[in-house]
Amino acid sequence: MSARTIAAREGAGVVQVDAEVLGNSAVGAYRHLTLVTPGLAEIARPGQFVALAVGDGTSSMLLRRSFSIHRVSPAGTYGATTEIVVAAAGPGTQELTRLEAGASVSVIGPLGKGFPLPSQPVPCILVGGGYGSAPLFWLAEQLRERGCPVEIVLGAATADRLFGVVEARRVADGVTVTTDDGSAGTQGWVSDVLPDLIARTGAGVLYGCGPMGMLRSMSAIASDHGIVAQVAVEEAMACGVGICMTCVMPVADQHGTTKMVRSCLEGPVFRGDRVRWEAFDDGLCRVPADAVGAPKEVR
Amino acid sequence: MTAATPPSSVDMSVDLAGVRLPNPMMTASGCAANGREMHRFIDVAQLGAFVTKSVKAQPVSGRGTPRMAETPSGMLNSIGLQGPGVQAFVEEDLAWLHSIGARVVVSIAGSTASEFANVARAVVRSRYASAVAAIEVNISCPNVANRGLVFACDPASSHKVMTLVREEVPRGLPMLAKLSPDVTDIVEIADTVLKAGAHGLTMINTTLGVAIDVDRLRPHLIAATGGLSGPAIRPMAVRAVWQVAGAMRAGRIKTAPIVGAGGVRTGRDALELVAAGASAIQVGTAAFNDPTAPERVGRELEQLIAERGFTRLSDVTGIAHERFTP
Ligand SMILES: Cc1cc2nc3c(=O)[nH]c(=O)nc-3n(C[C@H](O)[C@H](O)[C@H](O)COP(=O)(O)OP(=O)(O)OC[C@H]3O[C@@H](n4cnc5c(N)ncnc54)[C@H](O)[C@@H]3O)c2cc1C
Ligand SMILES: Cc1cc2nc3c(=O)[nH]c(=O)nc-3n(C[C@H](O)[C@H](O)[C@H](O)COP(=O)(O)O)c2cc1C
Ligand code: FES
Repeated sequence: MSARTIAAREGAGVVQVDAEVLGNSAVGAYRHLTLVTPGLAEIARPGQFVALAVGDGTSSMLLRRSFSIHRVSPAGTYGATTEIVVAAAGPGTQELTRLEAGASVSVIGPLGKGFPLPSQPVPCILVGGGYGSAPLFWLAEQLRERGCPVEIVLGAATADRLFGVVEARRVADGVTVTTDDGSAGTQGWVSDVLPDLIARTGAGVLYGCGPMGMLRSMSAIASDHGIVAQVAVEEAMACGVGICMTCVMPVADQHGTTKMVRSCLEGPVFRGDRVRWEAFDDGLCRVPADAVGAPKEVR
Repeated sequence: MTAATPPSSVDMSVDLAGVRLPNPMMTASGCAANGREMHRFIDVAQLGAFVTKSVKAQPVSGRGTPRMAETPSGMLNSIGLQGPGVQAFVEEDLAWLHSIGARVVVSIAGSTASEFANVARAVVRSRYASAVAAIEVNISCPNVANRGLVFACDPASSHKVMTLVREEVPRGLPMLAKLSPDVTDIVEIADTVLKAGAHGLTMINTTLGVAIDVDRLRPHLIAATGGLSGPAIRPMAVRAVWQVAGAMRAGRIKTAPIVGAGGVRTGRDALELVAAGASAIQVGTAAFNDPTAPERVGRELEQLIAERGFTRLSDVTGIAHERFTP
């Protein structure tokens, strides 16, 4: 089985390919998949993601699964490859993490908007929760190329759910690790170490990817310090390409107007201070009363 | 790039109540946004028609999340008709579809019968009206005046909506009524909307379901109930088309073209609906799996029809009724 292009329209900025699985290896609690994806790696940027189909055209799981792009290699030995890091969460990711080398999997990408890069060489702190660190190393390299000093903070519940500690040491000027249970690094949350780190490095931008709770607290910390947070969110997605309207969340625009925006299209990276975090609670997100088109108070 | 279609031996064109479409393939409302996103994968102007997301008079935020749950061979959704309102829809979305030369079926919605009519008026009087191939009236939305019961489940409300919309729609522009399968007798509703002036029927919208999150032991969707779609509902769609086409053929209700929707993922699925009586086909949920599906299914359907020795799609429409002896 070799990779095959299904759709690649000129100027679309996204391709649909039947990718070939080049490798699938264990990394702690996760699987690291390398996929041959012609036309995708060439146009991807850190923070963008790919949407994979589960099984073939007869699978009973119809919806695509989204994964941050960990790395791309536009011109490897096997052609352009895309790498992702997958946690087996439910039935779809269980099936994807079992894919063997040589298997075929439908991939769409790159999707969404990536992390915006600062125009000045300001110090940056990159925060990854669990597999959320996957896109950060590639981002770190690009920031360092622009002269930005880079600190990486990795946090997870337990040591085996940390991803990329060794890689972080290679690409960053400093690395801090936290775990909830203290099985690696400092015991506690990434938000516990951030204020000191911001003070020490004089960071101008925080970049984050991980669970919503983590993104919310880092956005609050950024605001407290008068700096910007760019966070890559994770909302349940059915298509990943902007056609289903399931992945929406309340985000304010530059005029302060809140709309329910598609996180697969306008995100997944948002400015932390624009996300209406207070709308999220206990696994639900309610439409803020001031959002455009919000339901009127009941009669 | 999508493979070039080989020169066809099958006439795939469709007469949709007087409007000629080059092929039967359509998107399904709410499953292709308003075109731009899908246009990155296929040329939506090549489809028989592009069906837009149901639009109301004013902007609608839709519901909170989770809005969807995956279910076996399908999904539940409770988007809540999120949309920009008809004015922005016309200026941004219809304008764009017009600019690429798409044939557009505009899906309209409302909380009251007069809202439907107002939305229809704004669309047909807009400067992009020439792109509109038909109006699809999504009567499967809650009727504020009737305790939120969906119009499509009540013949009198359905009749009122269609009557008011018909007054706004110019002659020659077909008006399709989109029916809900969640009724005791779909033939009765079909009869009602055709008597009220509908020129065609789209069948089916989603059917109501609930999924429980067994970890949290509460409904998965923020709205509790959602619409079930995807291959899981295909037999219901084939049944609805079968019953209504059967009633038309028996002369029990007025004859009108049927647009089949519900669970179409492959050419074979489309052929089932065609043989049951559909003249055109919409592909909805399957596009979330494969955004090229509306175009791919058309190619597959054409191939299957050719393999069976037919030269015209219209010769296959409803053929299962001829080959069935009760
Ligand atoms: C932008 C983005 C980047 C992501 N990056 C990664 C990554 O790098 N590595 C990783 O392991 N996971 C990542 N996820 C989460 C991953 O998409 C989900 O864990 C996965 O879709 C769950 O599928 P499932 O079959 O295991 O679970 P199921 O619960 O069976 O999934 C059912 C449906 O819900 C959707 N869904 C359920 N949970 C999520 C979720 N948390 N996020 C999005 N959709 C969900 C699925 O896509 C599917 O359509 C990312 C999600 C998003 C939105
Ligand atoms: C996410 C989603 C949104 C939908 N939105 C609308 C809508 O706005 N108006 C409408 O008439 N039907 C809507 N539908 C119903 C579809 O148009 C279609 O009738 C139904 O899903 C069955 O077809 P399918 O199985 O191919 O998806 C929606 C369906 C889905 C899955
Ligand atoms: S996931 Fe379908 S619109 Fe975002």
